Amino acid sequence: MAEIRLENVGHSYDGGATFALNPISLTWKDGNAVALLGPSGCGKTTLLNIISGLLTPSVGRVYFDGVDVTDLDTAKRNVAQVFQFPVLYDTMTVRENLAFPLKNRGVAKDVIATRVDEIAELLNITKYLDIRPLKLRSDLQQLVSLGRGLVRNDVPAILFDEPLTVIDQNFKWTLRGRLKEMHNSTRHTLVYVTHDQTEALTFADEVLVLNQGSVVQSGTASELFLSPQDEFVGFFIGSPGMNFLDGKVFDGAITVGSTQIGTVDGSSKLDNGNVRIGIRPEFLSLNTSGSGISVKINRVEHRGGYKMVHADAKEGKFVAKLGTESTLAAGQSAHLEFDAQRTFLFRNSKVCGTVNIKGAK
Amino acid sequence: MKTRNNKAWFLVLPVILVVSFTALIPLMTVANYALQDVFSPDNRLFVGMKWFYDITNDPLIIDAFQRSFQFSIQALLIQIPLGIAIARIMPKSGWKASAALVAVSIPLIIPFNVIGSTWLIFSRKDIGLGGFLLNKLFDFDFTSDPKDGWGLILAVDVWHWTPLVVLLVYAGLRSIPQAYYQAAAIDGASSFAVFRYVELPKLRRVLLIALLLRFMDSFMIYTEPFVITGGGPGDATTFASILLTNIAVGQFDVGRAGAYSLIFFLLIQIMSFIFYTVLTLQDREEETKTK
Repeated sequence: MAEIRLENVGHSYDGGATFALNPISLTWKDGNAVALLGPSGCGKTTLLNIISGLLTPSVGRVYFDGVDVTDLDTAKRNVAQVFQFPVLYDTMTVRENLAFPLKNRGVAKDVIATRVDEIAELLNITKYLDIRPLKLRSDLQQLVSLGRGLVRNDVPAILFDEPLTVIDQNFKWTLRGRLKEMHNSTRHTLVYVTHDQTEALTFADEVLVLNQGSVVQSGTASELFLSPQDEFVGFFIGSPGMNFLDGKVFDGAITVGSTQIGTVDGSSKLDNGNVRIGIRPEFLSLNTSGSGISVKINRVEHRGGYKMVHADAKEGKFVAKLGTESTLAAGQSAHLEFDAQRTFLFRNSKVCGTVNIKGAK
Repeated sequence: MKTRNNKAWFLVLPVILVVSFTALIPLMTVANYALQDVFSPDNRLFVGMKWFYDITNDPLIIDAFQRSFQFSIQALLIQIPLGIAIARIMPKSGWKASAALVAVSIPLIIPFNVIGSTWLIFSRKDIGLGGFLLNKLFDFDFTSDPKDGWGLILAVDVWHWTPLVVLLVYAGLRSIPQAYYQAAAIDGASSFAVFRYVELPKLRRVLLIALLLRFMDSFMIYTEPFVITGGGPGDATTFASILLTNIAVGQFDVGRAGAYSLIFFLLIQIMSFIFYTVLTLQDREEETKTK
């Protein structure tokens, strides 16, 4: 229940030689669910720990609702955080574990009891309340851990550090739904760290994609999917990721090898030189007739609702996601066809223009 | 059917042989003595359980055991909490941690009789710094006041062996994953709550080892009282092992001493077993996980 603002916050574990998190500034609106998405070692946990106060950033200031909390310790910031693996108090029962954060803050006994019951209900662990968590399976232990994070109502933010890693796949869906539901009713500010894009995209109002210590793009799920601003986002978001091929821009005309595929869309002026052309498998079509880059179908996978077609060209390998009505089969030749709005040009891994297919010969 | 090959048992033979000579045969010799009245190597008499009966009814011996018990309990009550307290405030990393570890370990690497001699001189009211000051302040004199003699031996034992508890607890504390401290900080736990609910439960195993080692060693304490007080003043520091040595090599009463040794040995075994059983009970409870 607070707006979180970072001002030029960065962190270095080795005294400034390298930054695990490059200085960034950002603001998360009160009540938003934000996901930090990125591969291992991209700095997402570092960012999370800076917000919770477990880590003091090397540079920059952290504000909750406009109040500078950079020098406040974790307990005073009052945030809740759930870790990747179960962290429990061995000598306490599940009930006492859930009550602990409230008890430490002097909440009245009857309030604690009601709150613990509510949370246990939400997480489906009511029947385990009176046993010690050490006796539970690790996924149930993680639920208790999760419960300790959710039990306080007055926190400015709840931070999750890949909390569902050890949870069973089926229950993950249920739980994610319940967390979402809970968020809708309580409107806590949620920050959710994950490397699982499905989790991030279904859970969050806003997703920040991190790579090598920097935020490469932030936006809603559809923004990240439909208009990636960075090659990494194109590649990391989507399953499978974006297709890339090397091309050249000369006087506005885009060529791959000897084939011209289009012109640079009028609004963006682009200097002559090399570009990378990115297109998602969803927006790539394969035609048996026509012009365009010629490919040979390598293999076709039937995936229930759609077909995944792998094609080889001398410019590279491509994957296209086609409808089940497609009759293409392995061994056939075809031509690539790009969707005008969904084909992007990248230079130095940043987006630098879109393609105007109509300009093609 | 699987054919079983038990030849590997032969590999255990050397160990059995070594243990026989170092432990089993001496112990059986003691058991042998305990059942006889030995006047000289070729003049001995089988007396059955007489020595055991004598010893369990000898007020001198019972007093000595009670003193040893009391000493052990006092030593544990001081050393365990003190050891935990020191380990908790020791630096966690860097050169300060190494320096602290070395400083703490010094008492452990000094030979027992050197410790005895050092403290003996240090505590004398005429030439010892500590003894002189304490004598001026509290009329301290361990050679004449039984309480002072007892206190001095206890102080020496605390000085000598608290470092062992510190090292064990320090190692135990270092092995607690950082996430537990982070979670406790998130949960707003006080420093005491962190100790009570995070550290103490995680330290249970090392504390069990510390408790066992310290109980056995303090219950068998010999060198320090032998060097410093010689069991006095009066019999204030005549612990079980001091009395045993007096009987065995002072009076050369090997029959009585043999029976005494066996009872001593058994007592330590039983006490250790009880400690171990009580403290590991919880572990076994927790092994059965709910599905």
